[in-house]
Amino acid sequence: MTAITNDFPRDHSLAEPRDLDLGGKSGGRALKNSIATFVMWAAFAIAVIPLVWILVTVAVKGGHLILDSTWWTNSQQGVTARREGGGAVHAIQGTLIQGLVTALISVPIGVLTAVYLVEYGRGRFARTVSFMVDILTGVPSIVAGLFIYAVFVNAFGFQRSGIFVCFALTLLMIPVVVRSTEEMLKLVPNELREAAYALGVPKWKTIFSVVLPTAFSGIITGVLLGLARVMGETAPLLILGPYTKAIATDLFGGNMATLPTMINQDRDQAVTLPAYDRIWAAALTLILLILLLNLLGRLASRFSKV
Amino acid sequence: MAKRIDVSDLDIFYGNFKAVEGVSMSIEPRAVTAFIGPSGCGKSTVLRTLNRMHEVIPGGRVEGKVLLDGQDLYAKDVDPVGVRRTVGMVFQRPNPFPTMTIRDNVAAGLKLNGVKNKARLDEVVEKSLKGANLWNEVKDRLDKPGAGLSGGQQQRLCIARAIAVEPQVLLMDEPCSALDPISTLAIEDLINDLKERYTIVIVTHNMQQAARVSDQTAFFNLKATGQPGKLVEIDSTSRIFNNPSEKATEDYISGRFG
Repeated sequence: MTAITNDFPRDHSLAEPRDLDLGGKSGGRALKNSIATFVMWAAFAIAVIPLVWILVTVAVKGGHLILDSTWWTNSQQGVTARREGGGAVHAIQGTLIQGLVTALISVPIGVLTAVYLVEYGRGRFARTVSFMVDILTGVPSIVAGLFIYAVFVNAFGFQRSGIFVCFALTLLMIPVVVRSTEEMLKLVPNELREAAYALGVPKWKTIFSVVLPTAFSGIITGVLLGLARVMGETAPLLILGPYTKAIATDLFGGNMATLPTMINQDRDQAVTLPAYDRIWAAALTLILLILLLNLLGRLASRFSKV
Repeated sequence: MAKRIDVSDLDIFYGNFKAVEGVSMSIEPRAVTAFIGPSGCGKSTVLRTLNRMHEVIPGGRVEGKVLLDGQDLYAKDVDPVGVRRTVGMVFQRPNPFPTMTIRDNVAAGLKLNGVKNKARLDEVVEKSLKGANLWNEVKDRLDKPGAGLSGGQQQRLCIARAIAVEPQVLLMDEPCSALDPISTLAIEDLINDLKERYTIVIVTHNMQQAARVSDQTAFFNLKATGQPGKLVEIDSTSRIFNNPSEKATEDYISGRFG
């Protein structure tokens, strides 16, 4: 046994002055650095090239049509594949209406589910709910569409219509809203909840008056991103939402045009026909619409308080 | 309307872990009681049982009695929300509500509990901010966000928010540990004013602060990590600091320990 003392074994060589060797950049390391930099830029280019290619192609082929004001005011009613003219207002309207109704159904369900999971959920039921949300995230959109078709059209005997498209899109949007809202609620510091409890504010009121407002802009961002995702969905629309060339705003009966179904409508027409250009223009319109939502989402997150 | 608190045989648990054991003490009205002791000895935990904030933590539970002027806070028919309206709390880190203005922060306790009368709210806001010695600094910018104030001002804003609901007791969990000496002095002066009207319990790591502001001091200690914390003794502050009855207290006060 050695006695514990304060005398550390001292290596006096460390204390002697030495020449300072900061080293020049050695050749091998510089080479590795250059290779890594090159690989990184190459990966970036590979990822970006297809994106730019798509955007440029769509803009070049469809751009001239959407610059025409009739594109934003007319429908395709009475316009055949061989004729020029007409617009996409029927499809834009349909996409916006269905998107809005989908959001109106999904946002309350999604936000309240997230509130349950973050603020109340304990134990097995909460874990099950969370697991189900994960599963729902992975459901392919065509399965969501077929499920709604099987339930409402096959089993209950309804006609296909816009509202069922919204139901199918809701299935796809809810998990996105739940997950993003959950993340935002978790970012709200617990101290704020405790501060409200300590003032004698009941828990539900704390959640609605303190927690949700604090996370508000983050939740909006998540909602807009989720909406952008479902507005580009096509499979459920093909199954549940028959296309029409006319303006139709009735969600509960009849056909209803949307941008994805408009694109699908004329996709087998000959390249030389005017309808072909309209496909590209509709695609460009959809991209712009979703881009706009994404920008709004970013803008909202900039004002985030969390 | 300050009230007296009597704690008897209080055991506090986090799940199955007993964090604090066998606390019995009396906290005098219209006086400042300081809780001191090493980290992890359970002083904050005990403080949080006095307004039933302990049970907000999952698994948090309590055995024993806490009497507020003779009424058991842990009786079956007592609503924890009601308890917290009577026993207010100020936290270690200033935590104003980030979405609210200075005015709304102070009025939050009333507004969220359904008071809508604007004249009454304005009156309470002014009175509470004056009570927290903050009125002169913020009276021209009541509609600016509370998060824009300095740390010390934010803490006084939180005190104003706590006294706006007119509690009988004010609990403070290391209210100055995140503040500079000047802000600390401002809060200590404020505590001196507030004890005219409230029963104040303050947890502090700063023994000079305990000596400066409190009338009564409770010393908590624990044998080893993993063991429950215990109340070693509670007595008038001058006795605790000059002539404590327990050796452990003397060791802690004089810095030979912890």
